[in-house]
This record gives sequence, structure tokens and C-alpha cells, in this order.
Amino acid sequence: MRTDDLIRALAADANRPVRPIRRWLVGALLAGTALSIALFCLVLRPRPDIGDALHSSAFLLKALVVLCLAATAATAVIEAALPTAPRRGRKVLWVAPAVLVVMLIAELISVPASAWPARWIGHNAVHCLTLIPILSAAPAIGLLIAMKHGAPSSPTRAGAIAGLMAGAIGACLYAITCPDDSPLFIASWYTLAIVATTAACAAAGHRILRW
Amino acid sequence: MDCASHESRWTMLMEQSLAGDSNAYRELLELLTPALRRSVGSRARSAGLEPEDIVQEVLLALHLKRGTWIVGTPVAAWVTAIARNKLVDAFRRVGRRQEVSIDGVLESLWSDSSVDESSAYDVERLLGTLGERQREVLQAVSLQGYSAQEAAARLQMTEVSVRVTLHRTLKKLAATIGRSRNAD
Repeated sequence: MRTDDLIRALAADANRPVRPIRRWLVGALLAGTALSIALFCLVLRPRPDIGDALHSSAFLLKALVVLCLAATAATAVIEAALPTAPRRGRKVLWVAPAVLVVMLIAELISVPASAWPARWIGHNAVHCLTLIPILSAAPAIGLLIAMKHGAPSSPTRAGAIAGLMAGAIGACLYAITCPDDSPLFIASWYTLAIVATTAACAAAGHRILRW
Repeated sequence: MDCASHESRWTMLMEQSLAGDSNAYRELLELLTPALRRSVGSRARSAGLEPEDIVQEVLLALHLKRGTWIVGTPVAAWVTAIARNKLVDAFRRVGRRQEVSIDGVLESLWSDSSVDESSAYDVERLLGTLGERQREVLQAVSLQGYSAQEAAARLQMTEVSVRVTLHRTLKKLAATIGRSRNAD
């Protein structure tokens, strides 16, 4: 086929409306989050002391970290779907981990070493490790589908960032039911759960996001 | 023409294209093609690849991924990024890992030297992977230059199904090129 012929064919296909990639991603994010919220309402409930927790600084700081991760991942997700080189999106991803490290140091200073193990192990780390990925599943699948409409310069990285975004949403929801607010707990189990989700989506991205 | 006037022209045509103006779209692709030949040509040849194949691959990718151009951002940078990605893919296909500098690609996009269209077309081989209907529709709108409406009348299809078939065919072409990469 000559290039001119190909151009004619492409022009003939140009009338169909094009959905901008941002709209795909935002739609996937909203739909996935709504599904995860529905799942939460069906099988989980807020921790019994949620009313008091909303006034405790430990819970609010935990909420700050996970919300911060979700917000920064959202800007990175859009950049990751584009063929152009990422700009500032990936740098802001360090904000949430940095906040967590500061909280962790404050915790280690203010809490006696004898209390560390109990706070680190918490009430139910296994719950944390299973529920965060489960609550992340719908946003992860949605974002990967939306990413298929993108043109990521690195499929693996795009998958990873989609997984990070989904993991952050799972963590935000799980935080509502999770009774453990210690940065020692968050830095271990939340992080591990989010890293696992990120890695799974990176592997999926590597396979399905080539274009 | 200098960069700024290229850019503003391309941006205007891109905006019109996304609004559904297929004449503007065709003009844009016709302007981009020689620019792509310049930027892709020598790099492809040095890797033993047929430049025009890569140009066609880039055009297909530009078409199918035009939703990733963000309104208000430079068209040239976006075109360059797509071209660069496809060049890297093509190098990988022939087993070469090569860094393609984005600046070099962007620079040659603007230069005024002209490059002849070469005559080997790998896409020809890919046409063999299409179904009969797909090939008929593709040939009607490309080789024979019919509009979707005219092609529909000739092929006794509805206009909608011509459009759907055409879109699927283009996606398949692009995907088939990608698969031959994964096979290596």
C-alpha cells in the first residue's frame, strides 16, 4: 500500500468521535472507585470508634498519607498514558512516602521501644494485606482498560502507576475500617499491600499495554 | 517555514480534525508525512529498516492514538514522541537496542530537506492477514479513493458497517505490526 493510500484510508476513518485519554482515565477511576465503595459497603463496615477516630490526630494523619498518595498518583496516571516524556507527575509521587517517613520518625521518638512490636504487628495485618488488594481490584482493572486507549512510552511503568493509583484507593477505603493508626503499621503493611498491587499491575501493563 | 508557523498550522489542523473535519485531517497527515520521512529516514536505514514502513506505522499510530494529544499542547512534540516510540519498537524488532534522542527527531521534523518516498511497502504483506471484507473496504477507501458512503454502495454494505469495518481494519493493521515485533 502506498502511503498516500493509507492516508486516504485514515482520513475516511476520521469522522468517528475521539474520546480524549483524560476522559477514559477519569471515567475508569470513578467507575472503579464506585465499585470498590459498593464492595466496602457490602462486606465491611467502618471501625466501631470511627466517630472518635475522626478527632484523633493519629487517624487523621493516616488519612492524610493515603489521600496524599491517591492525589499525587492521579497526576502521574495521566502523564503515564501519554507518549511524551513525563514532566512533574512522577516527582510528586515522593510526597506521600516522605510524609510517612516523617511520621515514622516522630513515632519512633515519641513511643518507647517496648511498645514498637505491638504497634507494628497491630490487630490484623493479614486483613490489611488481603483487603487493600481486593479493594484495589476494580480501579486497577478499570485503569488498565483505560490505559489501553493511551500511548504510554513505557507500558510497564504505565501499568505500575495505574496499580499505585488503584492501591492508594484501596488503602483509602481500608483505612476507614482499619483499627491500626500507627505509622509503624502503615509503613509496613499498607506499603506492602500497595507495592504488591503496583507490581501486579506493572506485570499486566508489560503484557497488555504495548501499542 | 519556521517552527512557530509550522506548529500553529499543525495545531489548527489537529483541532479541526478532532472536531471531525476529514479534509483538515488529510491535509495534516499529508504535511506530516514528509516531515516524518525526514526524521525517520536515516535512522531507519542505518538499522536496515525500510523507512517508508516506519512512516506508515507512525501514521497508523498517530491515527489510532490521537486521543492522547492534549488540546493546548504542541502537536510537534506529540508527533515526535509517537515517532520516537515507534522507531524504538522497530529497532527492537530487528534486535537492536538503540537510544533514540528525542531532540534529534524533533529537529529533523522541522528541517527543509526533502526525502524521496521509497517504494517498498511492508504493509502489503500485512494486507494478507486481513479478512476479505476488511481488504475490500480498505482498498475501496484507499486505492480507489471512495468515500465511506460510495464504498458502502459498491460493496452493498451499510455506511455504518463500512466505517466500523474500516476502523477495525486499521486497528488490526497496527496490531499486526506490533505482533511481528513480539514474535522476535
